[in-house]
Amino acid sequence: MKKVLSIILALSLVVASFSACGTKEAQDTKESQDAQVTQGTENTQDTADGKFVIGGIGPLTGDAAVYGQNVKNGAELAVNEINAAGGINGTQIEFLFEDDEADGEKAVNAYNTLKDQGMQILMGTVTSGACASVIEKTNTDKMFQLTPSASSTDVLKLGNLFQVCFTDPNQGIASAKYIGETALAKKVAVIYNSSDIYSTGIYEAFASEAKNQNLEIVAAEAFTADSKSDFSVQLQKAKDSGAELVFLPMYYNEASLILQQASDLDYNPTFFGCDGLDGILTVENFDTTLAEGLTFLTPFSADSADENTQKFVTSYKAAYTDAPNQFAADAYDAIYIIKAAIEKSAITSDKSVSEIGDALKGAITQITFDGLTGTGMTWATTGEVNKTPVIFTIKDGAYVLAQ
Amino acid sequence: MNKTGLNSMNKFNKSTINNIITIALIIVVYVICQILISTGVMSNLLQGLLVPICYYSILAVSLNLTVGILGELSLGHAGFMCIGAFTGAFFSKCTATILPNVFLRFTLAIIIGALSAALLGALIGVAVLRLRGDYLAIVTLAFGEIIKNVINVLYIGLDSKGFHFSMKDTVSLNLLDDGQVILKGAQGISGTPQNTSFTIAVLLLIITYLLISNLIHSRSGRAIMAIRDNRIAAESVGIDITKFKLLAFSISAAMAGVAGVLYSHNISSLTATPKNFGYNQSIMILVFVVLGGMGNIRGSIIAAAVLTLLPEYLRFMQDYRMLIYAIVLIVMMIFNWNPTCVTWRKNHPIKGIFSLLSNKTKKEA
Repeated sequence: MKKVLSIILALSLVVASFSACGTKEAQDTKESQDAQVTQGTENTQDTADGKFVIGGIGPLTGDAAVYGQNVKNGAELAVNEINAAGGINGTQIEFLFEDDEADGEKAVNAYNTLKDQGMQILMGTVTSGACASVIEKTNTDKMFQLTPSASSTDVLKLGNLFQVCFTDPNQGIASAKYIGETALAKKVAVIYNSSDIYSTGIYEAFASEAKNQNLEIVAAEAFTADSKSDFSVQLQKAKDSGAELVFLPMYYNEASLILQQASDLDYNPTFFGCDGLDGILTVENFDTTLAEGLTFLTPFSADSADENTQKFVTSYKAAYTDAPNQFAADAYDAIYIIKAAIEKSAITSDKSVSEIGDALKGAITQITFDGLTGTGMTWATTGEVNKTPVIFTIKDGAYVLAQ
Repeated sequence: MNKTGLNSMNKFNKSTINNIITIALIIVVYVICQILISTGVMSNLLQGLLVPICYYSILAVSLNLTVGILGELSLGHAGFMCIGAFTGAFFSKCTATILPNVFLRFTLAIIIGALSAALLGALIGVAVLRLRGDYLAIVTLAFGEIIKNVINVLYIGLDSKGFHFSMKDTVSLNLLDDGQVILKGAQGISGTPQNTSFTIAVLLLIITYLLISNLIHSRSGRAIMAIRDNRIAAESVGIDITKFKLLAFSISAAMAGVAGVLYSHNISSLTATPKNFGYNQSIMILVFVVLGGMGNIRGSIIAAAVLTLLPEYLRFMQDYRMLIYAIVLIVMMIFNWNPTCVTWRKNHPIKGIFSLLSNKTKKEA
């Protein structure tokens, strides 16, 4: 009996799903017909039904949820601003966001869900691992994909994805160059997270560029996601090897522990990091005086005096109470970059996904974009962004430009 | 095998009928899906979920062999899936240029994935099957985590001189210029050819089903079940306990390996994260088995399919998605297995409702 029942339950679910998608399809065709009709009859009012559907994918649950949430909020803020100001060339934007739990398999499901909802442009995904799965799908569908924060080089290999953030190797190289050129140190120790793509990606590029800059890496100590609370061993090794500078390619939570534990060990080298360290001053119960002198490379800082940044931070705080981090800024920029590319190509929302994709792919390499995360941003056909890295030092509890 | 075959020729016994029903069900669903795809009615989401449903079903069926038939609680099943996924993807990536024939390469990848998972299953089995009950569960849990963590620190590159291994980073592989890093530690393997199709996945599901249901109804299967029901009695009639336990455990691992190969060739990036190969995944597979009924293979397939679809179709719930999913899971468990519910269902059968209705219509007529 229970078998019969479970079969019925399963079948009803299947039937429900089929019927759901059936009606959706029907609606879609009806809508597109309607749109065509309105366009045929009154050309002047073509914006009534047509709108650009931009999809976003990122983790809203799980360990990386904070990044996904920031991206979602940042993008929504930008979409609301654009819509309030009359949209893109008069066309409104609809923004949809789906959870991928930072997992490749779920990201593909999220992508398919968004496609069913009529997504035309993808702003995602937030994490590199998930992104590496989705690029295959966007490549097949020829959909335009712009990621705010997937920074690994793996995601660029199909050449259909554009990044708002720096690639990991670029950050590593820029860091090594800065340390070498400003003669900040000769002996360098690195502590990195070997289970994290972001961290290892930066470390590897840093290690190879360090040779060119005559930096000596005296200690390269790894930790993993399972052991990220006690760093005394790694710090002791760095101290014993006589490193004058400790390079921290990681996120701010672990870095705050490292700074705390280094001061407990009475070890005071220069600490240098990447954009993951943005937000270290907001860590709860963290003595911010420990971060004094911390230097890092980041495209965005919520404390920056820049007028646009302040405007963004104020409206973000008004809408979501928390202060935004660089992920939110990347997403905010991403939406405006899509807007700029649409305006450049003069594509309209009634075109097919692949037509919009081709048009935007051509247009994005021609635009120069000034945003929160960099000025004069341009894109190569490979998808990598070209912008100048900005280096900040923390002085008296505030970010100060180091250059 | 031959003998049961003859038997079923003469008169279909219960297990054969059961097999036919299940396979017919799978084929009917497959045909319906193909028709829906070709007519373009099926949503992209569901199309994307067809292959995952198949490999999760294979995982559930294979774990059912260990949990339901052998009667041992294993919490490391995702570890075997992980091994299959990585060896399969590794093989495909290495031979992508040498073996242009997709069918041959993918078949070999599946066999390699299955064999390496079986080998590891046997190795672990020798050590852990001496333990029983909770202890076995704890040790298998540990092994699952070990497999995942070892893969996370392993770097393997390939150049004209052969393979290079490292446990540190890609720089220390010392690859030549023509080399390529295949397994990049925590970054895993990316760019695996996407060879898995719905047809292949369904075929493998049917093969897995046949293999395991035939095993259960074979002499070895009866021996395995005898061990489950009464170990001492089984031993006293001369059943080699270690041998049959190992047999069941490694076949179960091999099938998980096959599911892993399907997984790794379905999406192009493969990383051993706690999300996809951690203990949560092992427990998820165990949930399929428990919900579908221990020892009930068809139930495992149905449970795997329903529980794979459910979280995706709850997406409209936004942030409450996983909360609702958990509640639905609890309700389903209670409804399926709570003794009170079971008796209630027995007293209120669905057939009864149908007969009531037909009586009513007869009276009205």
